[in-house]
Amino acid sequence: MATTVATRPTVWKSYSNWANRHRKWLFAAPAMIFVGLLIAVPLGWTVYLSLTDAEGSVRAASDFVGLSNYGEVLTDTQRFWPAVIRTFIFTGIALAAELAFGMGIALLLWRPFRGEKWVRVAILLPLVATPVAVGMMWRLIFDPNIGFANQLLGWLGLPSQPWLSGQETALGTLIFVDVWQWTPMVVLILLAGLTSLSDEPDEAARIDGANSWQRFWFVTLPLLRTTVVVAIVLRGIDALKTFDILYATKGKGGGSFHEVETLNVYAYGLSFDYNDYGIASTVLIIFFLLIIGLMWAVTYRRKANR
Amino acid sequence: MTATPTAQTAQARQAAPTPVSVPHRPAKRRVYPAFRVVALTVIVILFLAPLAWMVVASLKTNVDIYDASKTILFTPTLDNYANVLSRNNYFVFIFNSFWIGLWSTVFSLILGIPAAYAMSRFTMHRSALVVLLARIIPGVSLLVPWYFIFANLRMVGGFGVLILSHMFVALPLIVYIMISFFDSLPIDLEEQAQVDGLTPIGAFLRISMPLSVPGIATAGILSFIFSWNNFMFALVLSGANTKTLPVAIFNFVSYASIDWGSLMSAAVVVTVPIMIIALFTQKYIVSGLTAGATKG
Repeated sequence: MATTVATRPTVWKSYSNWANRHRKWLFAAPAMIFVGLLIAVPLGWTVYLSLTDAEGSVRAASDFVGLSNYGEVLTDTQRFWPAVIRTFIFTGIALAAELAFGMGIALLLWRPFRGEKWVRVAILLPLVATPVAVGMMWRLIFDPNIGFANQLLGWLGLPSQPWLSGQETALGTLIFVDVWQWTPMVVLILLAGLTSLSDEPDEAARIDGANSWQRFWFVTLPLLRTTVVVAIVLRGIDALKTFDILYATKGKGGGSFHEVETLNVYAYGLSFDYNDYGIASTVLIIFFLLIIGLMWAVTYRRKANR
Repeated sequence: MTATPTAQTAQARQAAPTPVSVPHRPAKRRVYPAFRVVALTVIVILFLAPLAWMVVASLKTNVDIYDASKTILFTPTLDNYANVLSRNNYFVFIFNSFWIGLWSTVFSLILGIPAAYAMSRFTMHRSALVVLLARIIPGVSLLVPWYFIFANLRMVGGFGVLILSHMFVALPLIVYIMISFFDSLPIDLEEQAQVDGLTPIGAFLRISMPLSVPGIATAGILSFIFSWNNFMFALVLSGANTKTLPVAIFNFVSYASIDWGSLMSAAVVVTVPIMIIALFTQKYIVSGLTAGATKG
């Protein structure tokens, strides 16, 4: 009895010493193991599935087919390549519009003014709104018969548009919805960058007689480059992976003509609507490599520019 | 837009050609504030009008929604809300979304804060990249294996699997925000505490953690919002009793016809709580969303 009482503090102390010495990994490991297990095992499995003809049920017997799925997917001009193109159109146009509008709004908000608080609240609301609910909201507004969008066009004397239900107009309409919801995100990031800038370079350029456009293009924008890259990376990743508004407004397969079927929607449909796991996994691996490649290109260019 | 200022500067230059910058500025000062007020008003309307439209439609009967003459003038009714909340069991979905958001946030904070601390203090860039990989990877590529693994563990349809999958979204977010927070927290105080006899872990728990409350609040609020808004994981992994609000709204749309009034009131039910949270925690949300944006 006496010995345990005597040893307890020293045992505790040695544990504590050990913990303090190894705190780096003691702190970091649980989170890394959690993420690692949830990624590594499934990702390995997805790579394996992409090499098999698994279909119907994951438990059903499947054969190892090597790289033939990759050949099949990469030569598929019916669904795969159109989906790739749509993913790039969606991401490219939405990202460009969000950066342009985001920069404009951030510049308008840059210097303090009365009522600033209300404007900031207004741009925060779309950002936190649930994407599925946002999709449903725009579905009503863009309804060809009862929607407000066509009513507005009618007041302006313009012809009605099919919007989300049109084969040509659906993707453009959804790009608009994405821009509406996510421009505020770009505004917030750019505004944080702008407010962290020092006034001096801008002031110096002003004294040298530069006009507002010159000051923006040659002084503010170069200073803001890191922030712009952060905005492109963060928003670009999410835009490539957009799923909620597409699936909520157009459902399975991105509409009856697959008019809004991006890679993510295509892969989801293959996995959970058609249970074609082999092909689905192949599409996903290609998609994943694509995102990593783009990310690397953006950050590598940024380092090279330094 | 651009034509007016240039025309005026040209005029100003003609009037007083010698010091260019002096007449240049007053002309601008008169035009820009007016332009700014107009532009900002238009922007606020563009962002708020659709949300207002959603609320207005949720207060209309379906007959009024189909009637173009009642676009603005109509008799408001709460029938849609009564229908959604009572007949469609939305209280259950509200609870599910809340419960999953709460626990996925709590567990992610427990895992994420120490990890972010270590990654910030020991500059573990590669390890941070592993966690942030979770933010890059398309969720669908994990869903098939997850579904199979969790089905074998008889967890699909339960709260456990939904909390785990939402933690997968929350954890990278929390680590990302907290790393940039700890990066900006001065190390001097911890060192001082260690000189005074605290162990390094003791200094983290008693000094750094209390100082990090704003950062933790930021990370926690955003993680809850992301969980509340998440659709895809719950779409696959939830069961009849664990459906979250976004999935419930999605299921509202049947093939035959859409009950627009009820659908809009359901959309209001899911978005308004999160907007109220956002209004009261605006400062935290903005600092979380822009974390790490201004440094290299």
